[in-house]
Amino acid sequence: MTPRRVARLALLLIIAAFVFGVSMTIGAAHLPLREVIAALGGAGDETTRAIVLHLRLPRAVLALLVGGALGLAGAVFQALLRNPLAEPWVLGVSGGAAVGAVTAVVLGWSLLAPWSVPLAAFAGALLAILLVLRIATYAASGLDTRVLILAGLVVAAFFNAVIQLLLTFASGETFRSALFWMMGSLAAADWTSVVLLTAYMLPAMAALLLMARPLNLLAVGEETALYLGTRVERVKLASYLIASLLVAATVAVSGIIGFVGLIVPHAIRLMWGSDHQLLFPASVLLGGGFLLAADTAARTVAAPAELPLGVITALVGVPLFVLLLTRRAV
Amino acid sequence: MRAPPILETSELRFQYPGAIRPALDGIDIRVEPGSLYAVIGPNGSGKSTLLRLLLGALYPNHGAVRYLGQPVHEWTRRELAKQVGVVPQGEDTVFPISVSELVGMGRYPHLGMLRRPGLQDRQAVEEAMRRCDVIEFAARPISRLSGGERQRVLIARALAQRPATLLLDEPTVSLDIRHEMEIFELLAELTGVDGVTVILVTHHLNLAARYAERLLLLDRGVAVAEGAPNEVLTRATIERVYEWPVVVSAHPGPGRDAGAPQLTPLAGEPANE
Repeated sequence: MTPRRVARLALLLIIAAFVFGVSMTIGAAHLPLREVIAALGGAGDETTRAIVLHLRLPRAVLALLVGGALGLAGAVFQALLRNPLAEPWVLGVSGGAAVGAVTAVVLGWSLLAPWSVPLAAFAGALLAILLVLRIATYAASGLDTRVLILAGLVVAAFFNAVIQLLLTFASGETFRSALFWMMGSLAAADWTSVVLLTAYMLPAMAALLLMARPLNLLAVGEETALYLGTRVERVKLASYLIASLLVAATVAVSGIIGFVGLIVPHAIRLMWGSDHQLLFPASVLLGGGFLLAADTAARTVAAPAELPLGVITALVGVPLFVLLLTRRAV
Repeated sequence: MRAPPILETSELRFQYPGAIRPALDGIDIRVEPGSLYAVIGPNGSGKSTLLRLLLGALYPNHGAVRYLGQPVHEWTRRELAKQVGVVPQGEDTVFPISVSELVGMGRYPHLGMLRRPGLQDRQAVEEAMRRCDVIEFAARPISRLSGGERQRVLIARALAQRPATLLLDEPTVSLDIRHEMEIFELLAELTGVDGVTVILVTHHLNLAARYAERLLLLDRGVAVAEGAPNEVLTRATIERVYEWPVVVSAHPGPGRDAGAPQLTPLAGEPANE
């Protein structure tokens, strides 16, 4: 890691820290930074401590985690599939998760036990991952990434049809809450989900960061990767499964948040090139900072109403990305 | 006693799944250390398949490939990549990447997943870029290079590996005369001065005749001829394999390779009124 790269990552870290500071202070109650810091230290008055420690802090940490995971997973899928259009949901994980979540909502489980929705979403995501993997490895010897894309597309299309079928029979209220889930939200953040996710996601993210060099080679070509010492099949399978399991976890707690995984890695590429040794950590930091900013906007812009997070990421992210795209020749 | 071969095959046979005949059958070759070995033959004769078998990218149905006496599949990919550099054909990158980044990947086998590049690695990359005449556009993205420049960058990446053996699949396709000759001169220098063993797949029969110590002529997966250029490039053999009339002359010189056999394909019969 050259000094320039360290400086670039430090810059992203500072941006994320700044967004974090802002998100702690604004909301239904405006809290000066001094009081926030006091509350984080365990001092200050009861109400402020409750707002900071039990509402805003877990939600902010979750936004950083989910955004970082989506940014990283997007970068991994783009390299693995050698496709700039790839994003975390391209292989059908979102479809499986949505079927799980919508089933839980439609059947009314969500009213009996709130945790049934994330659990059902996660189970659906796992089902989609296994199904796509099974189809892709059945159709070709080894894991052919072109077949993998096709398998992902058809599985996603199938699950979409199932969702539409389920929603056809849903009542108005169920329909609305299912739709809201599919647009993504971090409103349900609490310390339990933060702790569970951190324990699950940090090792997965670390494993993917370690695969930067092999994925650099895979992005150039499988044959080149083999000749430069990569165990190609193992790297493909490991990166596919780990990245998929990572997004399966995000979808369980936050629903389907689009565009982060597509836009964030490309923004880094446009600025700083495609070396995954920089791109991966940078996508984690920028993805986390960007999603935290979007979530802060989602809960404050139209307060007391909350906007769907996926709508904000698209409404803000896409124009920013187009700006970057047109100002820098690709 | 001869020195042990660096690379040898015995009765190599390979058939693609679903194909009606083997892509290669009964290939026995021995590549001596420090030599330049050229594989020639018409399109579809099995040249690239042979290269993939030599590199362990394909498993033979019969026979074996040995690198330094050990079956190539018993080498770990990383250990093999420290020994063998490859210039593949038709590589295209999807994402923007600079010349120096791509050449720097040649050091990955030596670095593994995490170790930082040191002085030795930077020197290897710089030397490789200088030898292939690509150092002046080190910072440029690959996508902005001409076909010939890109080809030289791929050779530089293989040289950055500091390989004992170098395999190239048609490395001078789309190069102009000067850059083509420079590549062949570079290969001659690598074998002669650095002691690197070079195995080259090429359609340039005349250049192969001038630079290679030995030629392997493949036709429909079978070794038709193997030996010194003047043994392989005979009029009868070439006309039979390529199905086109040729004359064979000697390279008139000047130059150290004067006298090498040179082929001239003949024009067709003039059309009758």
